[in-house]
Amino acid sequence: MLEITNIHATVEGNEILKGIDLQVKPGEVHAIMGPNGSGKSTLAQVLAGNEEYDVTEGAAHFLGEDVLDLPAEERARLGLFLAFQYPVEIPGISNAYFLQAGLNEIRKSNGLGELDAMEFQELLREKMELVAIDPRFADRPVNDGFSGGEKKRNEILQMAVLEPKLAILDETDSGLDIDALRIVSDGVNKLRSPERSFILVTHYQRLLNYIVPDYVHVLFDGRLVKSGGKELAYELEEKGYDWIKEELITAS
Amino acid sequence: MHEVSNATEKEHYIEAIEEMASQKTPEWLATLREDAAKRFAERPLPHRKLEAWRFTNVNPIIRNPFQPIAESGVDQLASSDVHPLLYANDWIELVFVDGWYAPKLSRNAGPGGAAKTAGLHEAIAAEDDLVEAHLGHVLGDGGNVFSDLNTALAHDGALVHIPKNVELDRPIHLVFVSSKTATESVIHPRVLVIADANSEATIIESHVSLAGEPRYFSNPVTEIRLNDGARLTRIKVLDEGPQGYHLSTTQVRQDRDSRFDGFTFSMGGPIGRNELNIVFEGEGAECSLRGLTLTEGSRLVDNAISVEHHAAHCNSWIGYKSVLEDKSHSVFCGRVYVAPGAQLTDSNQLNQNLLLSDKATVNTKPQLEIYADDVKCTHGATVGPPPQELVFYFQTRGMSQAMARGILTYGFADEVVNETPLDPVRDRLDRRVFDKYSPK
Amino acid sequence: MGTTDARPEAGKYTGSRVEQSNREVAELANREYKYGWETSLESDTIERGLNEDIIRFISEKKNEPDWLLAWRLKAYRHWQTMSEPTWANVSYPPIDFQQQRYYSAPKRKQQPLNSLEEVDRELLETFEKLGIPLEEQKRLAGVAVDAVFDSVSVATTHSEILEKRGIIFCSFSEAVLKHPELVQQYLGSVVPYSDNYFAALNSAVFSDGSFCYIPKGVKCPMDLSTYFRINAAETGQFERTLIIAEEGASVNYLEGCTAPMRDENQLHAAIVELIAMDNATINYSTVQNWYAGDEEGKGGIYNFVTKRGICKGVNSRISWTQVETGSAITWKYPGCILQGDNSVGEFYSVALSNKRQQADTGTKMIHMGRNTKSTIISKTISAAHGNNSYRGLVQVMPKAANARNYTQCDSLLIGDKCGAHTFPYVEVRNSSSAVEHEASTSKISEDQLFYCKQRGIGPEDAISMVINGFCKEVFDHLPMEFAVEATNLLSVSLEGSVG
Repeated sequence: MLEITNIHATVEGNEILKGIDLQVKPGEVHAIMGPNGSGKSTLAQVLAGNEEYDVTEGAAHFLGEDVLDLPAEERARLGLFLAFQYPVEIPGISNAYFLQAGLNEIRKSNGLGELDAMEFQELLREKMELVAIDPRFADRPVNDGFSGGEKKRNEILQMAVLEPKLAILDETDSGLDIDALRIVSDGVNKLRSPERSFILVTHYQRLLNYIVPDYVHVLFDGRLVKSGGKELAYELEEKGYDWIKEELITAS
Repeated sequence: MHEVSNATEKEHYIEAIEEMASQKTPEWLATLREDAAKRFAERPLPHRKLEAWRFTNVNPIIRNPFQPIAESGVDQLASSDVHPLLYANDWIELVFVDGWYAPKLSRNAGPGGAAKTAGLHEAIAAEDDLVEAHLGHVLGDGGNVFSDLNTALAHDGALVHIPKNVELDRPIHLVFVSSKTATESVIHPRVLVIADANSEATIIESHVSLAGEPRYFSNPVTEIRLNDGARLTRIKVLDEGPQGYHLSTTQVRQDRDSRFDGFTFSMGGPIGRNELNIVFEGEGAECSLRGLTLTEGSRLVDNAISVEHHAAHCNSWIGYKSVLEDKSHSVFCGRVYVAPGAQLTDSNQLNQNLLLSDKATVNTKPQLEIYADDVKCTHGATVGPPPQELVFYFQTRGMSQAMARGILTYGFADEVVNETPLDPVRDRLDRRVFDKYSPK
Repeated sequence: MGTTDARPEAGKYTGSRVEQSNREVAELANREYKYGWETSLESDTIERGLNEDIIRFISEKKNEPDWLLAWRLKAYRHWQTMSEPTWANVSYPPIDFQQQRYYSAPKRKQQPLNSLEEVDRELLETFEKLGIPLEEQKRLAGVAVDAVFDSVSVATTHSEILEKRGIIFCSFSEAVLKHPELVQQYLGSVVPYSDNYFAALNSAVFSDGSFCYIPKGVKCPMDLSTYFRINAAETGQFERTLIIAEEGASVNYLEGCTAPMRDENQLHAAIVELIAMDNATINYSTVQNWYAGDEEGKGGIYNFVTKRGICKGVNSRISWTQVETGSAITWKYPGCILQGDNSVGEFYSVALSNKRQQADTGTKMIHMGRNTKSTIISKTISAAHGNNSYRGLVQVMPKAANARNYTQCDSLLIGDKCGAHTFPYVEVRNSSSAVEHEASTSKISEDQLFYCKQRGIGPEDAISMVINGFCKEVFDHLPMEFAVEATNLLSVSLEGSVG
């Protein structure tokens, strides 16, 4: 599904990613953990196609296509979804309108017919039920005036509607209380399927109690320095990121 | 075109200019004065149709033939008269009486310390290169008809020079006193401040009157040049006597990464105008301009501010407040101009007015002129009484309405005072605001 | 004095359906100004220039009563003493007022017109093409339309239904003849001829426009609308609109405008006067889409308009909503005089300046009565070499106790050659009043665009989405059809402005 080889990326001249390799197969859930500033969010933004970041080396193939040269919307239309760490507010544009516009673009590029307003309303209602979100969200402007938790839930709703093949969740758990975290992870779990893959970018192990990953990777100073199963997350929780640092120092 | 003939109103000034020209002066200064005299002759005196003076009626100044002042009234003043105006023994405090520098009343001035301070007249006489290099050039073509008049007629004032990398350990206080001798006269104090690269200093400029209630017109100009990385705080206290008219112009030019913190307190004089022009010439420069205007009776105060962003990555912050009583009038015009190419400008402007009387008038014009696209600019203005819900809250706690309003007014005004650096300056201002508004 | 049969040069519109649709496809591809064609029609157009004889001619042509001619002449004489205003933040070469034509009307086969059937086919087709069908069977349901072509009103629909309720909705010329007492009472009562240079000019030479009178207690059962079309070359358009809502009456009024694409600038100097008595409400919406000129700034309409309403009665309300996307230069400040206690004035505006367009627009809210309230929401968008200025006055007079104003001006910049400026004037002379002004200027947010793109929305759609969101507060105050039109106009007008 996703194959990243030796990605290097810079932002404003500073190298943040220093050679990342990662393979994600259909149906897999990968967690990427790491301390603040290690490059987790940069990886997510680079994969989604944010032009603020320059990829200086390496390749990324998504469903066999080299995506690094594709604009962000083309990647989205292929089925790559990013749940933003800081979802953006778009005043004046309702959630429903926004999602319908996005969904129809994605459908069009996949040779499917566009949904009309009625059909879309029906779909949206279903998805809102699925991820347990108040129907009033539909008419509110995109993220405008939302609380932090509401914004994160809205990202999950968008994911449910757009039905991506690969979803990258960038710190979707941060800032959530336990109830909101449960709602968000329930939403994700309902969307898990053998065809759909996830990359969970997170600082804390907490989220992984609710969404159990197949693989855990540790990102440190722009490199994936350790990979393992879900037990790696527990180990990290217990020993902290300093443990990794020490290991790295001893190794070198 | 709206033509206004100012021939008669300008006559006595032009005579004074001619008189000045007959005196022996260095050539560069004579040229500077001539150019200014020319501009003065060409520019119209203020009238209602001139946008910059639309709400500020200065006819009482224009129509009164204020005369040039022959000599300073310094001899009639004792140190004890001036002493209460000063702040501290170890500060550098220069006193000017009726526009003339008074070394005897001043303290710690001169070239000895880390910074140079001097009377402008003596600096010119001593052929100080700094004066020739900068006097009139910071102002350039800017300013207004009155700053032209100042350039043409200024005979004395202050020179302040902070050398490179000097972080001055004590404030500089410039006190402009008008005495009885200034009656029916016009004075043109001139201040030139040069802050060299990475220097840091604080300057207080006070304008007051002593001995009775002389009627005079003070027309000061302050020029400030901040070189790369220089940081200057300037506190201006406009506190002229009940018959002391005041129209001032301050021009600041800022180079790369310099910072200017300006405070303007306007509390005395029938008509007071503070024109403050900031020009960002180098990237990364910043300014924060705070103002507090307190008016009562039929006083008029006008704050005309312009910040011009000519370089990228500059930040400007303007926050002015007014409290108005009786039939007084406060005018605020804040103009933020962002030139093409001045990208990543961040500018904030807020003018807040508290109206305590139905006969008072507020005119506020916070303006933006923007020719670059990657900018973040906001401005705001509010006018109103102390919030009724707060007054009510105080009442529910047993205070009278008058008391509540007094406390709220004090709090509103004191916010600016509290941000002022230097305890002695802040304490004096705080006392002033407290006495004026706190419930008796 | 005579008339010239000025037959305009062969129009781009030939009438053939195939050609027309080809043209439309081509237009769509180029996303050019949609209404740039002209109608080839015989017309009565007077010679260039302006003098008292021209004014007498216009007045005579319209069979006006003597008092109106006298008023026009007074206005003209006053205009001659005035000079063109220069304070607005716009620049254009001096206008030679003697090179303009002050009257042009499509020639009528017979006079007067008794029914719509007698209206020239080409005129009907013109308006149909503009989306304003006038014929009985095709009329827009629920909207009565007064169609103004150059200097005259050609048709007014639905007037019979309105008449039954005592509502007068007709061309200004007709009102002068049929309801002279009303016209005489209110003409110039809100915008006196001496108000400003262009108001004086209009008062001297105004040709037609719409008149609307809603009697006491009547809620107008349908929206009223005037559609203005400039067609003739070198002709200025000077229309007047006068709307009177008596006690307890209410009306929604819509105004639309287009003009052909020409290399010469054309002058449009209109006046709108609104009068709201006790408890009356007038909502006035404008979608202004005059030809804006080309990328180089050649051609386009000079739109110098004076619009003002007076809330004369207690609890009255006047609301202006405008979407200004056209014109080379716009100079207009729809305002409200809030005289009645508890009266309310509102101004919602979207102004777009693209290409070389210049807009200097805003509002005046004059608070005179007690407890008066005003709201100003202004959204400006500047792109390419466009320059946009908000200029507004909020004035609270000493007797306006408890007056409230809230103003919000937001500017959006697209590209680094454009300009966005804000010139608010606030004057408060009452201590129980509260005035609040907020303004912001920023460029279109990269974060928002990236977020939209990440959801599969293409860059142009993303921009139009963000801009529509930016304008939503204003669009919400437009009737549905107008809001849709405004949304489309914005995206067309912005086409190609983002790299």
